[in-house]
Amino acid sequence: MSVSVRSTILSQFEQVAREQNRKLAPLSDDLVLMDSGLDSLCFAIVVARLEDALGFDPFGATEDARFPVTLGDFIAFYEDAAK
Amino acid sequence: MPQNDAVSLGDAVSDPARRSRRFIWSAETQVALDELAAGSSLGCRVEVLRGRSVLILTRDQLTAALALIQIDGVARRLILCPPDLAIEHLPLVMATAQVDAVVSDYARADIGAMDGTHFITCSARITPTAAVRDERAASEWILFTSGTSGPPKMVLHTLGSLAGAIHTGGRLAGANIWSTFYDIRRYGGLQIFLRALMGGGSLALSSAAESTADFLIRAGSHAVTHMTGTPSHWRRALMSGAAPRILPQYVRLSGEIADQAILDSLRAEYPLATIAHAFASTEAGVGFEVEDGLAGIPANYLGHSNHGVELKVEDGSLRIRSPRTARRYLGNESAPLLDAEGFVDTGDILELHDGRYHFSGRRGGIINVGGLKVHPEEVEAVINRHPRVQMSLVRSRKNPVTGAIVVAEIVLKPELAAAEPAGENAALKTEILENCHRALAAHKVPAAIRIVPSLEVTPSGKVARPNA
Repeated sequence: MSVSVRSTILSQFEQVAREQNRKLAPLSDDLVLMDSGLDSLCFAIVVARLEDALGFDPFGATEDARFPVTLGDFIAFYEDAAK
Repeated sequence: MPQNDAVSLGDAVSDPARRSRRFIWSAETQVALDELAAGSSLGCRVEVLRGRSVLILTRDQLTAALALIQIDGVARRLILCPPDLAIEHLPLVMATAQVDAVVSDYARADIGAMDGTHFITCSARITPTAAVRDERAASEWILFTSGTSGPPKMVLHTLGSLAGAIHTGGRLAGANIWSTFYDIRRYGGLQIFLRALMGGGSLALSSAAESTADFLIRAGSHAVTHMTGTPSHWRRALMSGAAPRILPQYVRLSGEIADQAILDSLRAEYPLATIAHAFASTEAGVGFEVEDGLAGIPANYLGHSNHGVELKVEDGSLRIRSPRTARRYLGNESAPLLDAEGFVDTGDILELHDGRYHFSGRRGGIINVGGLKVHPEEVEAVINRHPRVQMSLVRSRKNPVTGAIVVAEIVLKPELAAAEPAGENAALKTEILENCHRALAAHKVPAAIRIVPSLEVTPSGKVARPNA
Protein backbone atom coordinates (compact mmCIF):
# COMPACT_ATOMS: atom_id res chain seq x y z
CA MET A 1 0.00 0.00 0.00
CA SER A 2 2.64 2.54 1.07
CA VAL A 3 4.66 2.11 -2.12
CA SER A 4 1.64 2.90 -4.21
CA VAL A 5 0.71 5.95 -2.11
CA ARG A 6 4.24 7.27 -2.55
CA SER A 7 4.32 6.68 -6.29
CA THR A 8 0.84 8.17 -6.72
CA ILE A 9 1.97 11.31 -4.90
CA LEU A 10 5.21 11.62 -6.86
CA SER A 11 3.45 11.19 -10.18
CA GLN A 12 0.88 13.85 -9.21
CA PHE A 13 3.68 16.29 -8.36
CA GLU A 14 5.20 15.67 -11.76
CA GLN A 15 1.94 15.89 -13.66
CA VAL A 16 0.77 19.10 -11.97
CA ALA A 17 4.19 20.70 -12.48
CA ARG A 18 3.93 19.83 -16.18
CA GLU A 19 0.41 21.19 -16.51
CA GLN A 20 1.27 24.42 -14.71
CA ASN A 21 4.60 24.87 -16.52
CA ARG A 22 6.59 24.71 -13.31
CA LYS A 23 10.14 23.54 -12.97
CA LEU A 24 10.08 20.84 -10.33
CA ALA A 25 13.06 20.50 -7.98
CA PRO A 26 14.54 16.98 -7.69
CA LEU A 27 12.08 15.11 -5.47
CA SER A 28 13.59 13.84 -2.25
CA ASP A 29 12.10 13.30 1.19
CA ASP A 30 13.90 16.28 2.71
CA LEU A 31 12.75 18.70 0.01
CA VAL A 32 10.85 21.61 1.62
CA LEU A 33 7.53 21.72 -0.22
CA MET A 34 7.61 25.48 -0.66
CA ASP A 35 10.99 25.09 -2.40
CA SER A 36 9.75 22.38 -4.76
CA GLY A 37 8.87 24.79 -7.55
CA LEU A 38 5.14 24.33 -6.98
CA ASP A 39 3.02 27.21 -5.70
CA SER A 40 -0.06 27.07 -3.45
CA LEU A 41 -2.40 26.55 -6.37
CA CYS A 42 -0.31 23.57 -7.54
CA PHE A 43 -0.50 22.04 -4.05
CA ALA A 44 -4.23 22.62 -3.96
CA ILE A 45 -4.56 20.74 -7.26
CA VAL A 46 -2.26 17.93 -6.07
CA VAL A 47 -4.36 17.47 -2.91
CA ALA A 48 -7.63 17.50 -4.88
CA ARG A 49 -6.30 14.95 -7.40
CA LEU A 50 -4.94 12.74 -4.63
CA GLU A 51 -8.34 12.76 -2.98
CA ASP A 52 -9.80 11.44 -6.23
CA ALA A 53 -6.99 8.92 -6.78
CA LEU A 54 -6.68 7.60 -3.22
CA GLY A 55 -10.22 8.18 -2.00
CA PHE A 56 -9.28 10.23 1.06
CA ASP A 57 -8.04 13.64 2.15
CA PRO A 58 -5.83 13.38 5.23
CA PHE A 59 -6.03 17.17 5.76
CA GLY A 60 -9.73 16.90 6.42
CA ALA A 61 -9.47 13.87 8.65
CA THR A 62 -6.34 14.41 10.68
CA GLU A 63 -6.21 14.97 14.41
CA ASP A 64 -2.55 15.90 14.17
CA ALA A 65 -2.93 19.53 13.26
CA ARG A 66 0.58 20.01 11.84
CA PHE A 67 0.95 20.94 8.20
CA PRO A 68 3.59 18.97 6.30
CA VAL A 69 6.75 20.97 5.58
CA THR A 70 8.89 18.52 3.58
CA LEU A 71 7.96 16.08 0.84
CA GLY A 72 8.77 13.26 3.29
CA ASP A 73 6.25 14.75 5.79
CA PHE A 74 3.70 15.02 3.02
CA ILE A 75 4.07 11.40 1.95
CA ALA A 76 4.06 10.15 5.55
CA PHE A 77 0.91 12.19 6.15
CA TYR A 78 -0.86 10.29 3.38
CA GLU A 79 0.67 6.94 4.27
CA ASP A 80 -0.46 7.29 7.90
CA ALA A 81 -3.96 8.19 6.79
CA ALA A 82 -4.04 5.17 4.47
CA LYS A 83 -3.28 2.75 7.30
CA MET B 1 -9.45 54.04 21.93
CA PRO B 2 -8.90 57.80 22.10
CA GLN B 3 -6.27 57.75 19.35
CA ASN B 4 -9.06 57.12 16.86
CA ASP B 5 -10.29 60.65 17.46
CA ALA B 6 -7.40 61.76 15.26
CA VAL B 7 -8.62 63.78 12.29
CA SER B 8 -5.89 62.45 10.06
CA LEU B 9 -3.13 59.88 9.88
CA GLY B 10 -0.53 62.62 10.16
CA ASP B 11 -1.88 63.51 13.62
CA ALA B 12 -1.51 59.90 14.71
CA VAL B 13 2.11 59.80 13.57
CA SER B 14 3.23 63.17 14.91
CA ASP B 15 1.55 62.83 18.30
CA PRO B 16 4.47 63.64 20.62
CA ALA B 17 3.08 61.33 23.28
CA ARG B 18 3.74 58.38 20.98
CA ARG B 19 6.99 59.43 19.44
CA SER B 20 9.11 56.58 20.66
CA ARG B 21 11.00 54.93 17.83
CA ARG B 22 8.37 53.58 15.47
CA PHE B 23 9.00 52.20 12.01
CA ILE B 24 7.49 50.97 8.82
CA TRP B 25 9.70 48.24 7.40
CA SER B 26 9.67 46.98 3.83
CA ALA B 27 11.77 44.18 2.36
CA GLU B 28 14.31 46.75 1.15
CA THR B 29 14.35 49.56 3.69
CA GLN B 30 12.77 51.16 6.72
CA VAL B 31 11.33 54.54 7.59
CA ALA B 32 11.23 55.97 11.11
CA LEU B 33 7.92 57.70 11.71
CA ASP B 34 9.47 60.59 13.65
CA GLU B 35 11.64 61.38 10.63
CA LEU B 36 8.56 61.34 8.43
CA ALA B 37 6.82 63.73 10.83
CA ALA B 38 9.69 66.19 10.22
CA GLY B 39 10.15 65.54 6.52
CA SER B 40 8.56 64.61 3.22
CA SER B 41 8.67 61.78 0.70
CA LEU B 42 6.75 63.80 -1.88
CA GLY B 43 8.11 65.68 -4.87
CA CYS B 44 6.18 68.80 -3.88
CA ARG B 45 4.98 70.66 -0.82
CA VAL B 46 1.95 68.85 0.50
CA GLU B 47 0.02 72.15 0.32
CA VAL B 48 -0.12 71.72 -3.46
CA LEU B 49 -2.53 68.82 -2.86
CA ARG B 50 -4.86 70.73 -0.53
CA GLY B 51 -8.49 70.20 -1.45
CA ARG B 52 -7.65 67.99 -4.40
CA SER B 53 -8.84 64.54 -5.37
CA VAL B 54 -5.58 62.60 -5.27
CA LEU B 55 -4.95 59.23 -6.91
CA ILE B 56 -2.23 57.23 -5.17
CA LEU B 57 -0.81 54.82 -7.71
CA THR B 58 2.39 53.09 -6.67
CA ARG B 59 4.63 50.19 -7.51
CA ASP B 60 5.63 49.88 -3.88
CA GLN B 61 3.60 49.48 -0.69
CA LEU B 62 5.97 51.63 1.37
CA THR B 63 5.81 54.65 -0.93
CA ALA B 64 2.00 54.42 -0.83
CA ALA B 65 2.05 54.17 2.97
CA LEU B 66 4.20 57.27 3.33
CA ALA B 67 2.11 59.24 0.84
CA LEU B 68 -1.10 58.33 2.69
CA ILE B 69 0.29 59.53 6.01
CA GLN B 70 1.25 62.90 4.53
CA ILE B 71 -1.75 63.55 2.30
CA ASP B 72 -4.60 62.33 4.51
CA GLY B 73 -6.39 65.33 5.97
CA VAL B 74 -4.96 67.64 3.30
CA ALA B 75 -6.53 66.25 0.14
CA ARG B 76 -10.30 66.34 -0.27
CA ARG B 77 -10.20 62.75 -1.44
CA LEU B 78 -7.64 59.92 -1.53
CA ILE B 79 -8.02 57.18 -4.12
CA LEU B 80 -5.84 54.22 -3.21
CA CYS B 81 -5.06 52.01 -6.20
CA PRO B 82 -4.61 48.28 -5.53
CA PRO B 83 -1.43 46.67 -6.89
CA ASP B 84 -3.25 44.84 -9.68
CA LEU B 85 -5.25 47.75 -11.09
CA ALA B 86 -5.18 47.41 -14.86
CA ILE B 87 -3.75 50.53 -16.43
CA GLU B 88 -6.48 50.54 -19.11
CA HIS B 89 -9.02 51.24 -16.37
CA LEU B 90 -7.23 54.40 -15.21
CA PRO B 91 -9.17 56.86 -17.39
CA LEU B 92 -12.49 55.51 -16.04
CA VAL B 93 -11.19 55.57 -12.46
CA MET B 94 -9.91 59.12 -12.82
CA ALA B 95 -13.15 60.37 -14.32
CA THR B 96 -15.37 58.58 -11.77
CA ALA B 97 -13.35 59.82 -8.80
CA GLN B 98 -12.79 63.30 -10.32
CA VAL B 99 -9.05 62.94 -9.91
CA ASP B 100 -7.06 66.14 -10.32
CA ALA B 101 -3.70 65.01 -8.95
CA VAL B 102 -1.71 61.78 -9.17
CA VAL B 103 0.91 60.80 -6.61
CA SER B 104 3.08 57.99 -7.90
CA ASP B 105 6.45 56.28 -7.76
CA TYR B 106 6.07 55.37 -11.44
CA ALA B 107 7.57 57.51 -14.16
CA ARG B 108 4.94 59.81 -15.60
CA ALA B 109 5.40 58.25 -19.03
CA ASP B 110 4.46 54.80 -17.67
CA ILE B 111 1.02 55.97 -16.64
CA GLY B 112 -0.09 57.57 -19.88
CA ALA B 113 -2.11 60.66 -20.62
CA MET B 114 -3.50 62.59 -17.68
CA ASP B 115 -4.72 65.87 -19.08
CA GLY B 116 -5.15 68.61 -16.55
CA THR B 117 -3.91 66.63 -13.56
CA HIS B 118 -0.93 67.39 -11.38
CA PHE B 119 1.66 64.63 -11.34
CA ILE B 120 3.63 64.38 -8.09
CA THR B 121 6.39 61.88 -7.45
CA CYS B 122 6.71 59.98 -4.21
CA SER B 123 9.46 57.73 -2.90
CA ALA B 124 10.64 55.90 0.19
CA ARG B 125 13.27 58.58 0.90
CA ILE B 126 12.49 61.24 3.50
CA THR B 127 13.83 64.75 2.94
CA PRO B 128 13.72 67.00 6.02
CA THR B 129 11.34 69.93 5.61
CA ALA B 130 10.64 73.00 7.69
CA ALA B 131 7.98 72.13 10.23
CA VAL B 132 4.57 73.28 9.05
CA ARG B 133 1.60 73.16 11.37
CA ASP B 134 -0.87 72.76 8.57
CA GLU B 135 -4.62 72.54 8.79
CA ARG B 136 -6.16 69.11 8.50
CA ALA B 137 -9.75 68.20 7.69
CA ALA B 138 -11.15 64.71 7.18
CA SER B 139 -10.44 63.33 3.69
CA GLU B 140 -12.65 60.92 1.80
CA TRP B 141 -10.98 57.56 1.23
CA ILE B 142 -11.81 55.73 -1.99
CA LEU B 143 -11.04 52.02 -2.09
CA PHE B 144 -11.49 49.43 -4.81
CA THR B 145 -13.71 46.44 -4.13
CA SER B 146 -12.27 43.02 -4.79
CA GLY B 147 -13.50 40.27 -6.98
CA THR B 148 -15.39 42.07 -9.69
CA SER B 149 -14.67 41.14 -13.25
CA GLY B 150 -14.67 44.05 -15.66
CA PRO B 151 -14.29 47.70 -14.70
CA PRO B 152 -13.21 48.33 -11.11
CA LYS B 153 -15.80 49.34 -8.54
CA MET B 154 -14.99 51.94 -5.92
CA VAL B 155 -16.49 52.65 -2.51
CA LEU B 156 -16.29 55.69 -0.28
CA HIS B 157 -14.93 55.40 3.25
CA THR B 158 -13.63 57.85 5.83
CA LEU B 159 -10.74 57.44 8.23
CA GLY B 160 -13.40 56.90 10.90
CA SER B 161 -15.12 54.07 9.04
CA LEU B 162 -11.78 52.46 8.19
CA ALA B 163 -10.15 52.75 11.58
CA GLY B 164 -13.05 52.79 14.03
CA ALA B 165 -12.50 50.37 16.88
CA ILE B 166 -14.15 47.02 17.04
CA HIS B 167 -14.47 45.73 20.55
CA THR B 168 -11.56 43.43 21.32
CA GLY B 169 -11.06 44.04 24.99
CA GLY B 170 -8.18 46.41 24.34
CA ARG B 171 -5.88 43.69 23.11
CA LEU B 172 -5.23 45.43 19.81
CA ALA B 173 -4.45 48.85 21.23
CA GLY B 174 -0.97 49.86 22.24
CA ALA B 175 2.50 49.86 20.80
CA ASN B 176 2.29 46.51 19.04
CA ILE B 177 4.46 45.40 16.18
CA TRP B 178 2.13 44.51 13.37
CA SER B 179 2.59 42.66 10.16
CA THR B 180 0.27 41.36 7.50
CA PHE B 181 0.49 39.09 4.51
CA TYR B 182 -1.98 41.44 2.83
CA ASP B 183 -0.98 44.32 0.64
CA ILE B 184 -1.88 47.52 2.50
CA ARG B 185 -3.42 48.94 -0.67
CA ARG B 186 -6.32 46.53 -0.21
CA TYR B 187 -8.90 46.70 2.56
CA GLY B 188 -7.53 43.80 4.61
CA GLY B 189 -4.03 45.25 4.69
CA LEU B 190 -5.12 48.86 5.02
CA GLN B 191 -6.91 47.89 8.25
CA ILE B 192 -3.64 46.74 9.72
CA PHE B 193 -1.68 49.74 8.44
CA LEU B 194 -4.18 52.06 10.14
CA ARG B 195 -4.35 49.95 13.27
CA ALA B 196 -0.57 49.99 13.61
CA LEU B 197 -0.24 53.73 13.04
CA MET B 198 -3.20 54.90 15.08
CA GLY B 199 -2.53 52.49 17.89
CA GLY B 200 1.02 53.74 18.33
CA GLY B 201 2.74 50.70 16.87
CA SER B 202 5.09 49.76 14.03
CA LEU B 203 4.43 47.74 10.87
CA ALA B 204 6.40 45.26 8.76
CA LEU B 205 5.08 45.27 5.19
CA SER B 206 4.93 42.17 3.02
CA SER B 207 6.54 42.09 -0.40
CA ALA B 208 5.30 40.37 -3.54
CA ALA B 209 8.92 39.62 -4.46
CA GLU B 210 9.66 37.74 -1.26
CA SER B 211 9.02 34.07 -0.46
CA THR B 212 6.74 33.22 2.45
CA ALA B 213 9.72 31.85 4.39
CA ASP B 214 11.82 34.99 3.82
CA PHE B 215 8.93 37.21 4.84
CA LEU B 216 8.40 35.27 8.07
CA ILE B 217 12.10 35.39 8.88
CA ARG B 218 12.10 39.15 8.33
CA ALA B 219 8.92 39.58 10.39
CA GLY B 220 10.57 37.53 13.13
CA SER B 221 13.63 39.79 13.04
CA HIS B 222 11.35 42.76 13.82
CA ALA B 223 9.79 40.80 16.71
CA VAL B 224 6.31 41.05 15.21
CA THR B 225 3.60 40.61 17.84
CA HIS B 226 0.40 40.83 15.75
CA MET B 227 0.03 39.25 12.35
CA THR B 228 -2.88 38.87 9.94
CA GLY B 229 -3.65 37.14 6.66
CA THR B 230 -6.09 34.87 4.89
CA PRO B 231 -6.37 31.17 5.79
CA SER B 232 -4.47 30.53 2.56
CA HIS B 233 -1.66 32.84 3.64
CA TRP B 234 -1.44 31.03 6.96
CA ARG B 235 -1.49 27.57 5.35
CA ARG B 236 1.40 28.69 3.18
CA ALA B 237 3.19 29.96 6.29
CA LEU B 238 2.74 26.62 8.05
CA MET B 239 4.09 24.79 5.01
CA SER B 240 7.04 27.14 4.57
CA GLY B 241 9.06 25.67 7.41
CA ALA B 242 9.57 29.23 8.73
CA ALA B 243 6.40 29.49 10.83
CA PRO B 244 8.43 29.07 14.06
CA ARG B 245 10.44 32.19 13.15
CA ILE B 246 7.67 34.44 14.45
CA LEU B 247 6.28 34.39 17.99
CA PRO B 248 3.04 36.29 17.64
CA GLN B 249 0.73 37.15 20.53
CA TYR B 250 -2.13 37.60 18.11
CA VAL B 251 -2.90 35.83 14.85
CA ARG B 252 -5.89 36.81 12.75
CA LEU B 253 -7.45 35.14 9.73
CA SER B 254 -9.90 36.89 7.41
CA GLY B 255 -10.91 37.10 3.77
CA GLU B 256 -11.80 33.43 3.40
CA ILE B 257 -13.58 30.79 5.42
CA ALA B 258 -11.47 29.79 8.43
CA ASP B 259 -12.06 26.08 8.89
CA GLN B 260 -11.38 24.14 12.06
CA ALA B 261 -8.26 22.48 10.61
CA ILE B 262 -6.42 25.76 10.02
CA LEU B 263 -7.50 27.14 13.41
CA ASP B 264 -6.22 23.97 15.11
CA SER B 265 -2.97 24.04 13.14
CA LEU B 266 -2.30 27.64 14.16
CA ARG B 267 -3.19 26.86 17.76
CA ALA B 268 -0.65 24.01 17.70
CA GLU B 269 2.01 26.21 16.09
CA TYR B 270 1.42 29.26 18.31
CA PRO B 271 0.12 27.91 21.62
CA LEU B 272 0.51 31.27 23.39
CA ALA B 273 -1.22 33.40 20.77
CA THR B 274 -4.82 34.50 20.50
CA ILE B 275 -6.07 32.93 17.27
CA ALA B 276 -8.93 35.02 15.89
CA HIS B 277 -10.94 34.83 12.72
CA ALA B 278 -12.74 37.87 11.43
CA PHE B 279 -15.15 38.90 8.76
CA ALA B 280 -14.36 42.04 6.83
CA SER B 281 -14.97 43.29 3.32
CA THR B 282 -14.24 46.55 1.54
CA GLU B 283 -17.95 47.31 1.35
CA ALA B 284 -19.20 46.03 4.71
CA GLY B 285 -16.17 46.92 6.82
CA VAL B 286 -15.14 44.82 9.78
CA GLY B 287 -18.15 42.79 10.87
CA PHE B 288 -16.99 40.65 13.75
CA GLU B 289 -14.12 38.78 15.23
CA VAL B 290 -14.32 35.31 16.79
CA GLU B 291 -11.67 34.36 19.37
CA ASP B 292 -12.89 31.09 20.86
CA GLY B 293 -10.80 28.95 18.53
CA LEU B 294 -13.81 27.40 16.83
CA ALA B 295 -14.86 27.74 13.20
CA GLY B 296 -18.09 29.59 12.47
CA ILE B 297 -19.83 32.42 14.27
CA PRO B 298 -21.64 31.93 17.59
CA ALA B 299 -25.36 32.35 16.88
CA ASN B 300 -25.65 35.01 19.59
CA TYR B 301 -23.49 37.38 17.50
CA LEU B 302 -26.53 37.93 15.30
CA GLY B 303 -29.72 39.87 15.74
CA HIS B 304 -28.62 42.66 18.08
CA SER B 305 -26.15 45.51 18.16
CA ASN B 306 -22.70 44.61 19.42
CA HIS B 307 -20.67 47.80 19.94
CA GLY B 308 -22.47 49.47 17.06
CA VAL B 309 -22.24 46.53 14.64
CA GLU B 310 -25.42 44.63 13.77
CA LEU B 311 -25.42 41.34 11.91
CA LYS B 312 -28.39 39.50 10.49
CA VAL B 313 -29.13 36.79 7.95
CA GLU B 314 -31.67 37.56 5.28
CA ASP B 315 -32.38 35.42 2.22
CA GLY B 316 -29.54 33.23 3.42
CA SER B 317 -26.81 35.86 3.31
CA LEU B 318 -25.00 37.86 5.98
CA ARG B 319 -26.06 41.52 6.28
CA ILE B 320 -24.09 44.10 8.25
CA ARG B 321 -25.07 47.52 9.55
CA SER B 322 -22.30 49.45 11.27
CA PRO B 323 -20.38 52.72 11.36
CA ARG B 324 -17.60 50.84 9.60
CA THR B 325 -19.39 50.07 6.34
CA ALA B 326 -18.52 52.09 3.28
CA ARG B 327 -20.89 55.01 2.68
CA ARG B 328 -21.71 54.36 -0.97
CA TYR B 329 -20.36 53.23 -4.30
CA LEU B 330 -18.70 55.86 -6.41
CA GLY B 331 -20.19 56.52 -9.83
CA ASN B 332 -23.77 57.05 -10.93
CA GLU B 333 -24.61 53.69 -12.45
CA SER B 334 -23.97 51.66 -9.33
CA ALA B 335 -26.80 50.18 -7.29
CA PRO B 336 -27.08 51.47 -3.72
CA LEU B 337 -24.59 49.87 -1.35
CA LEU B 338 -26.91 50.11 1.67
CA ASP B 339 -30.49 48.89 1.79
CA ALA B 340 -33.30 51.08 3.13
CA GLU B 341 -32.38 50.13 6.71
CA GLY B 342 -28.67 50.78 6.21
CA PHE B 343 -27.53 47.14 5.93
CA VAL B 344 -24.90 45.95 3.44
CA ASP B 345 -25.58 42.56 1.84
CA THR B 346 -22.23 40.75 1.93
CA GLY B 347 -23.40 38.04 -0.50
CA ASP B 348 -21.86 35.44 1.81
CA ILE B 349 -24.23 32.56 2.55
CA LEU B 350 -24.53 31.46 6.19
CA GLU B 351 -25.99 28.21 7.49
CA LEU B 352 -26.86 27.56 11.11
CA HIS B 353 -25.91 24.27 12.70
CA ASP B 354 -25.12 23.35 16.30
CA GLY B 355 -25.50 26.88 17.56
CA ARG B 356 -23.04 28.46 15.13
CA TYR B 357 -23.35 30.04 11.73
CA HIS B 358 -20.99 28.70 9.08
CA PHE B 359 -20.17 30.21 5.71
CA SER B 360 -21.15 27.86 2.92
CA GLY B 361 -20.20 29.93 -0.11
CA ARG B 362 -21.07 33.04 -2.06
CA ARG B 363 -24.39 34.01 -3.56
CA GLY B 364 -24.20 33.32 -7.27
CA GLY B 365 -21.74 30.54 -6.58
CA ILE B 366 -18.62 32.71 -6.82
CA ILE B 367 -15.67 30.55 -5.81
CA ASN B 368 -12.83 31.92 -3.71
CA VAL B 369 -9.55 30.18 -4.60
CA GLY B 370 -6.94 31.40 -2.14
CA GLY B 371 -8.42 34.91 -2.20
CA LEU B 372 -8.96 35.04 -5.97
CA LYS B 373 -12.55 34.95 -7.09
CA VAL B 374 -13.89 32.77 -9.87
CA HIS B 375 -17.25 33.13 -11.58
CA PRO B 376 -18.34 29.57 -12.48
CA GLU B 377 -20.15 30.77 -15.60
CA GLU B 378 -16.91 32.05 -17.10
CA VAL B 379 -15.26 28.64 -16.74
CA GLU B 380 -18.34 26.77 -17.95
CA ALA B 381 -18.39 28.90 -21.09
CA VAL B 382 -14.88 27.72 -21.94
CA ILE B 383 -15.64 24.08 -21.18
CA ASN B 384 -18.84 24.21 -23.23
CA ARG B 385 -16.89 25.27 -26.32
CA HIS B 386 -15.64 21.70 -26.66
CA PRO B 387 -17.74 20.03 -29.37
CA ARG B 388 -18.44 16.94 -27.29
CA VAL B 389 -19.68 18.77 -24.19
CA GLN B 390 -23.42 19.19 -23.83
CA MET B 391 -23.42 21.03 -20.53
CA SER B 392 -21.21 21.59 -17.53
CA LEU B 393 -21.37 22.68 -13.92
CA VAL B 394 -18.40 24.38 -12.33
CA ARG B 395 -18.45 24.42 -8.57
CA SER B 396 -16.33 24.84 -5.50
CA ARG B 397 -14.66 21.99 -3.68
CA LYS B 398 -13.19 22.44 -0.22
CA ASN B 399 -9.42 22.44 -0.26
CA PRO B 400 -6.95 22.47 2.64
CA VAL B 401 -4.43 24.65 0.78
CA THR B 402 -6.45 27.35 -0.97
CA GLY B 403 -9.70 27.01 0.98
CA ALA B 404 -11.55 26.11 -2.18
CA ILE B 405 -10.70 24.92 -5.64
CA VAL B 406 -12.58 24.79 -8.93
CA VAL B 407 -13.95 21.44 -10.13
CA ALA B 408 -16.21 20.67 -13.08
CA GLU B 409 -18.89 18.13 -13.86
CA ILE B 410 -19.58 17.52 -17.49
CA VAL B 411 -22.41 15.92 -19.41
CA LEU B 412 -21.37 14.67 -22.85
CA LYS B 413 -23.55 14.85 -25.93
CA PRO B 414 -25.59 11.63 -25.89
CA GLU B 415 -24.77 10.29 -29.36
CA LEU B 416 -21.07 10.52 -28.53
CA ALA B 417 -21.14 9.43 -24.91
CA ALA B 418 -22.72 6.04 -25.58
CA ALA B 419 -20.10 4.75 -27.98
CA GLU B 420 -17.14 5.86 -25.91
CA PRO B 421 -14.75 3.38 -24.33
CA ALA B 422 -13.90 4.54 -20.83
CA GLY B 423 -10.19 5.04 -21.53
CA GLU B 424 -10.93 7.67 -24.15
CA ASN B 425 -12.34 9.93 -21.48
CA ALA B 426 -8.85 10.68 -20.18
CA ALA B 427 -7.90 12.15 -23.55
CA LEU B 428 -11.12 14.16 -23.64
CA LYS B 429 -10.50 15.59 -20.16
CA THR B 430 -6.99 16.54 -21.20
CA GLU B 431 -8.34 18.39 -24.25
CA ILE B 432 -10.86 20.28 -22.13
CA LEU B 433 -8.20 21.20 -19.59
CA GLU B 434 -5.92 22.44 -22.34
CA ASN B 435 -8.72 24.67 -23.63
CA CYS B 436 -9.15 26.02 -20.11
CA HIS B 437 -5.44 26.66 -19.65
CA ARG B 438 -5.35 28.62 -22.90
CA ALA B 439 -8.38 30.78 -22.10
CA LEU B 440 -8.31 31.24 -18.32
CA ALA B 441 -6.06 32.30 -15.45
CA ALA B 442 -4.53 29.29 -13.68
CA HIS B 443 -6.75 29.53 -10.57
CA LYS B 444 -9.87 29.31 -12.76
CA VAL B 445 -8.90 26.04 -14.44
CA PRO B 446 -10.70 23.05 -12.89
CA ALA B 447 -8.45 20.87 -10.76
CA ALA B 448 -10.63 17.88 -11.57
CA ILE B 449 -13.21 17.06 -14.22
CA ARG B 450 -15.84 14.40 -13.71
CA ILE B 451 -18.05 13.08 -16.49
CA VAL B 452 -21.57 12.58 -15.17
CA PRO B 453 -24.71 11.15 -16.82
CA SER B 454 -26.81 14.25 -16.09
CA LEU B 455 -26.97 17.54 -14.19
CA GLU B 456 -29.93 18.90 -12.28
CA VAL B 457 -31.73 21.67 -14.12
CA THR B 458 -34.01 24.23 -12.41
CA PRO B 459 -37.57 24.90 -13.60
CA SER B 460 -36.26 28.03 -15.32
CA GLY B 461 -33.95 25.87 -17.41
CA LYS B 462 -30.66 26.75 -15.74
CA VAL B 463 -28.17 24.33 -14.28
CA ALA B 464 -28.98 24.08 -10.57
CA ARG B 465 -26.20 25.67 -8.54
CA PRO B 466 -25.49 24.96 -4.92
CA ASN B 467 -26.16 28.20 -2.92
CA ALA B 468 -27.39 30.04 -5.98
